[in-house]
Amino acid sequence: MIFHRHLRRNAIKLEGQRSATLDLARGRLVLISGFFVLVYVLFALRAFDLTIIQYKPISSAEDLAQLEQGAGEVVAHVPRGDVVDRNGVLLATTLKTASLYVDPYLISDPQAAAKRLSAIFSDLKYGTALQKLQSAKRFVWLKRGILPDEQYKVLEIGEPGLGFRYEERRVYPQGSLLAHLLGYTTIDNAGQAGIERSFDGLLGAGGGGQDLALTIDTRLQHALRREIEATIDEFSAKAGFGVIMDVRTGEILAGVSLPDFDPHHAGKAPNNALFNRLSLGVYELGSVFKIFSTAALFETLNVPMSTTFDAREPIKVGRFAINDYHAEDRVLTVPEVFMYSSNIGSAMMGQAVGATALRDFYRDLGLLDRLDFEIREVTKPLVPNPWGEVSTLTASYGHGIATTPLQVVAAVSSIVNGGYLVKPKLVKSDIVPPREEVRVVSDKTAHRMRQLLRLTVTDGTARKADVPGYLVGGKTGTAEKSVAGKYDRKKLISSFVGVFPMDAPRYAVFIGVDEPKGTKASFGYATAGWTAAPAVQRTISSMVSILGLEPKHIVAEQDIAAPLKHYIAVKGAH
Amino acid sequence: MSLFSRTDKSIFGEWWWTVDRGMLSAFLVLIVFGVVLVATASPPVAERIGLGSFYFLKRHVLLLVPATMMLIGVSMLDRRQIWRLSSLVFAGSIVALILVLATGTEIKGAQRWIRIFGFSLQPSEFTKPAFLIVAAWLMGLQKTKENVRGNLIAAGLYFLVITLFLLQPDLGMTVILTASWAAQIFLAGLPFRWLFAFGAAGIAGLVAVYFSFDHVKSRIDRFIDPSSGDNFQVERSLDAFQNGGLFGTGPGQGSVKLGLPDAHADFIFSVLGEEFGLFFVLILMLILGFILLRGFNRLMDHDDMFTVLAAGGLLTMFGLQAMVHMGSTLNLLPTKGMTLPFISYGGSSALSMGFAMGVVLALTRRQRRSSISKGGM
Repeated sequence: MIFHRHLRRNAIKLEGQRSATLDLARGRLVLISGFFVLVYVLFALRAFDLTIIQYKPISSAEDLAQLEQGAGEVVAHVPRGDVVDRNGVLLATTLKTASLYVDPYLISDPQAAAKRLSAIFSDLKYGTALQKLQSAKRFVWLKRGILPDEQYKVLEIGEPGLGFRYEERRVYPQGSLLAHLLGYTTIDNAGQAGIERSFDGLLGAGGGGQDLALTIDTRLQHALRREIEATIDEFSAKAGFGVIMDVRTGEILAGVSLPDFDPHHAGKAPNNALFNRLSLGVYELGSVFKIFSTAALFETLNVPMSTTFDAREPIKVGRFAINDYHAEDRVLTVPEVFMYSSNIGSAMMGQAVGATALRDFYRDLGLLDRLDFEIREVTKPLVPNPWGEVSTLTASYGHGIATTPLQVVAAVSSIVNGGYLVKPKLVKSDIVPPREEVRVVSDKTAHRMRQLLRLTVTDGTARKADVPGYLVGGKTGTAEKSVAGKYDRKKLISSFVGVFPMDAPRYAVFIGVDEPKGTKASFGYATAGWTAAPAVQRTISSMVSILGLEPKHIVAEQDIAAPLKHYIAVKGAH
Repeated sequence: MSLFSRTDKSIFGEWWWTVDRGMLSAFLVLIVFGVVLVATASPPVAERIGLGSFYFLKRHVLLLVPATMMLIGVSMLDRRQIWRLSSLVFAGSIVALILVLATGTEIKGAQRWIRIFGFSLQPSEFTKPAFLIVAAWLMGLQKTKENVRGNLIAAGLYFLVITLFLLQPDLGMTVILTASWAAQIFLAGLPFRWLFAFGAAGIAGLVAVYFSFDHVKSRIDRFIDPSSGDNFQVERSLDAFQNGGLFGTGPGQGSVKLGLPDAHADFIFSVLGEEFGLFFVLILMLILGFILLRGFNRLMDHDDMFTVLAAGGLLTMFGLQAMVHMGSTLNLLPTKGMTLPFISYGGSSALSMGFAMGVVLALTRRQRRSSISKGGM
């Protein structure tokens, strides 16, 4: 009984203990529940914070790209305007090209994508690509300006993180053909040179992306460039330049400066190639200037063709002597001075005209002021200052005065077109402006000059420039380059300005070559008559067939230069 | 719902009227959530590693069949059957753990998996609930039979298990197991001063782990100071939530998941946040909270120590696992690869959770008026 009671008491005691621990356990269950409630409430708050307070939706890739790029680089919606030549041939246009970027967040398999990208783009290394695909940004450029074929292959990878942005890229279908006049743009399509720079406002989005037509004729540009390039090659010259101008309007039909550059990669071109020799380069062009001094003589003194100049003795001014290159050692008439290009005779003409009158005449022709031109690559000529007696003498045969080739061609045009001043024009205007009746020389002087220019080709220094049937006239100029203040006999600028047809001039064709070297075929001569004149001859031959100009075969007696023949002494007669 | 009459005394009938049908429904809703989320989150992951788009989804659904059968089947067992089954599972998983260490394949720097019937199983997933049940039984035994040193044996088993876990090494599992066992000890009535001592020991253990495992060290460093290293996954996870908003981008419309390597498993909560938004995040949290509170509440009625300890420990394990998963994705806890119970892809996890929650359902079944028999005493 006692034993039994003891057992029973024990059982009760145990039972009591158990319920006590169970009560404790229940209390602690509440604590654990409380802990979880607390944690879950905290998590819910955090989820609210992230999804609602920090709500930052990922929108379309295009939006992302713009966000990453910043407002400044948003693609302009107005594409840059096209540039065409006078016949509508495309010279510069804007193409929409795809550029590849990556949003690394959306790349699911960077290794595989990098491998395939590096296979598509040979210049994109696997390591570089992988690095970009795994970068922490939301927008990384992979490759700009890709081809449609490449874009197709990238799309085939099927990575949602690879996206395209369409950019506008300037394209020059003619390549380097018009590099200097047309200029080029930056990758962001800002004009950097030539037409692209000077008409940036008009072509760009600001001007509504207007199109622009130039006076250039691409076909003539090709012909001129080809002949200048051939001349540079043939005579191992350093550089060359040339212009074809409509003498009545001053419109530039072709303008070449060599060496040139690829406008798509202008950044890689050397300065020598970027330099526009036509409007930014100044040269002492030598005897070409005899056109101006002779015209000044007719215009100011109205002397007859028979007027003579004694070219037997060099002119001595102080320590300075003027000699003739093609020395005739006799008394020369005006046509003889011109056709044989006598420096002594021309200097005497300048003397006769007088310093002030000659300078004023040059100024009227626009030879002494900054070139007035539509592109900004222009410069001022180097003009003797003060203009003394010696300057008058040398300026008469084109020394001591350095001008841009474009100025010279415009001045020649102004004389041969009948005496109306023309300015070089590059932008074609549909509205024909009222002809500026600024006369620089009289009809009579203009006619006489045409005769003299024609005579130089038929009988003078430029016989290699003649194209039968087209009455080519012109004037050679062989100038020694001034190197460190001294004239170097070996270093020449040989140039020729041709005009045709001389009975009613339409076109002036000018070509100059810098430092040509004589060849066997030219008997060592690098003068204009052997270098630039044949180049102009070939250019004109091409021109007439391109433009469809019909030849006019006339007998020598009816040639415009025929009346001058009796002012020329028969060779060997004295 | 008169599938079974109340007086039906068959196993099914009895089960139907005694099981917590609310909690059972909650588990089934979680499973549906899981199928939807694995369907949207796993195809990019599968494609990335060169498997078919629906590789993970198919396997997930395939494994849910045994997992659900396990959940319901185990919930029909009585407590004696439960601890017998658990002892077997425990012993088997310990053997498997040793096998894994000896022969297992190493994946991502740890040896955790063995292959059975073409599926890789992670034995530690099964050790965890089985240990908690065995420990609960041992500790409950000590309360009723003074001469049984249940606590001591449980402690011995604990050290055996965590030694095997740490050898793999599997720190996350160790932490969850330790915390769940600590909850059991807490429920068993350990005085608070001892709890503090254990807490201190736990912290000391974590500090030791911090210095002995480089990857743990770097992960915690990165949590404390995000600028100290690459937080790619966590940042993507936060982006996902921020992209979600109130109602999310819509199923399958998320984009951040594309960049999350573990979107279908350790970061599935982020996918929920991105595609379904705060609304469904809160619904999921409510379901999880409902399961926990309902479970703890049902335990209040029970006067059996084993039941309280086992179910309490398992519920704590369930709750902690969900907590670590959500805390990692919300950047409130250091990144720890932890599956979201019943939702994440993961065969072992789904099976072991089916087993563990089946036990919880079984133990929280309404008792047959035990108070009457009590009254007779």
